[in-house]
Amino acid sequence: MAAAANDVVAYIPDLRRYARTLTGDAWAADDLVQDTLERACKGWQLWTAGSDLRAWLFTVMHNVFVDGARRALRQQHHRVDVDDVADELVAPARAPEQTLDLQRCLMRLPQEQREVLLLVSVQDLGYEEVAKITRVPVGTVMSRLSRARSRLRELMDGRQAAAAPAPVALRRLK
Amino acid sequence: MKDAPTLLAGEAELHAFVDGRLAADERAAVQARLDADPAAAAQVREWQELREALRGLHAGLLDDPVPPALLAAAQQFDHRTSRLGQWQRWGGIAASLLLAFGVGWGSHGQWRAQQEVAGSPAVRARLVSTFGHEAMVAHAVFSPEVRHPVEVEARQQEHLVQWLSKRLNRPLKVPNLGQQGYELVGGRLLPGEKGARAQFMYQNPRGDRITLYIGALDANGGAPAGETAFRFTSQGDVATFYWVDDGFGYALAGKLPRATLLVLSESVYQQL
Repeated sequence: MAAAANDVVAYIPDLRRYARTLTGDAWAADDLVQDTLERACKGWQLWTAGSDLRAWLFTVMHNVFVDGARRALRQQHHRVDVDDVADELVAPARAPEQTLDLQRCLMRLPQEQREVLLLVSVQDLGYEEVAKITRVPVGTVMSRLSRARSRLRELMDGRQAAAAPAPVALRRLK
Repeated sequence: MKDAPTLLAGEAELHAFVDGRLAADERAAVQARLDADPAAAAQVREWQELREALRGLHAGLLDDPVPPALLAAAQQFDHRTSRLGQWQRWGGIAASLLLAFGVGWGSHGQWRAQQEVAGSPAVRARLVSTFGHEAMVAHAVFSPEVRHPVEVEARQQEHLVQWLSKRLNRPLKVPNLGQQGYELVGGRLLPGEKGARAQFMYQNPRGDRITLYIGALDANGGAPAGETAFRFTSQGDVATFYWVDDGFGYALAGKLPRATLLVLSESVYQQL
């Protein structure tokens, strides 16, 4: 299994981008990746050889992220949740406005919706894979995805005041 | 369906359409539906735009070089699975350097192979001199870097210090070498023989760079290496002064004459 590290290294850019979009902060993101790699390494024997290494790494990152969020809740006087400071985050000087707006709006989504939206849209993972990674039923993945998309749309439209399109005429499922 | 209270009738297939999760025939069916239903088509277009915008978010990170600290963390997989030599954690960049340095490195493998008696004078001495070598290699690897000499730049000094302090498990201080003409460029996290190492890089107006390398030298949780006097080592044109203070190793490396480096080292020592 000498190729292990090389295989893992190949996924680091993916993990970094996911962590970056998830946390909205470059430092928090690389800390998250670092913690993920360390935990993945300790739990290496839990990975089943031949199964999807990338999906497994995202699972480990999900766990680290959720644990971190719990820890943040318990130690609120020590740590500031990135959600609370999303508006104050210093933006990279050259980032276009659109990117900033999108990341800010993204940070306003509940974290479980943000995770699902990013895993599906950016990381191209299937709904069943995302269900496994986040340990919820597929139905929950779908409802989180749906809420995330409509909420993000609202947030993005909120920037341009009343220019919102008419609500879509779909029936609510009872 | 209590898991999906907010999903509308026919909505799931629209998401699947946007995310490319449908088989060809299902896709065609949804397309037919969209052709007949402008509202649904508009909805799908919005989601597609959103999806594309999200995929563009921080996409530049995919092409960025992986930070050495993360590379090092990944190298642990090999270390765990096949007990490869410690120095392979450094990855490719360092491998060529090790060849370049050559001399004196054979002892590493033997050292790992032999039983380590934590705290014994011989082990302690080797620990300290290994630290000096690490510092020199780290200097040689990163000081010529033009684009990414550091992971965190000096203008984010507060964050840099917090971050490295957390990783090294000890509050760090960044010495000020402004009087000697050296300003902080930034810092990075590196893997060392005995755990995490911090490297701070300084530069003078002529572009000469020196690096300060810091890390704990407690051998396997045993007796710390305590304190040592300044020691000097050099390889090629890179000179290094290194010492141990309160179980923590410090090394200052640069392409400088011994006397100049000594003055800088004393300044660092006094400030720490």
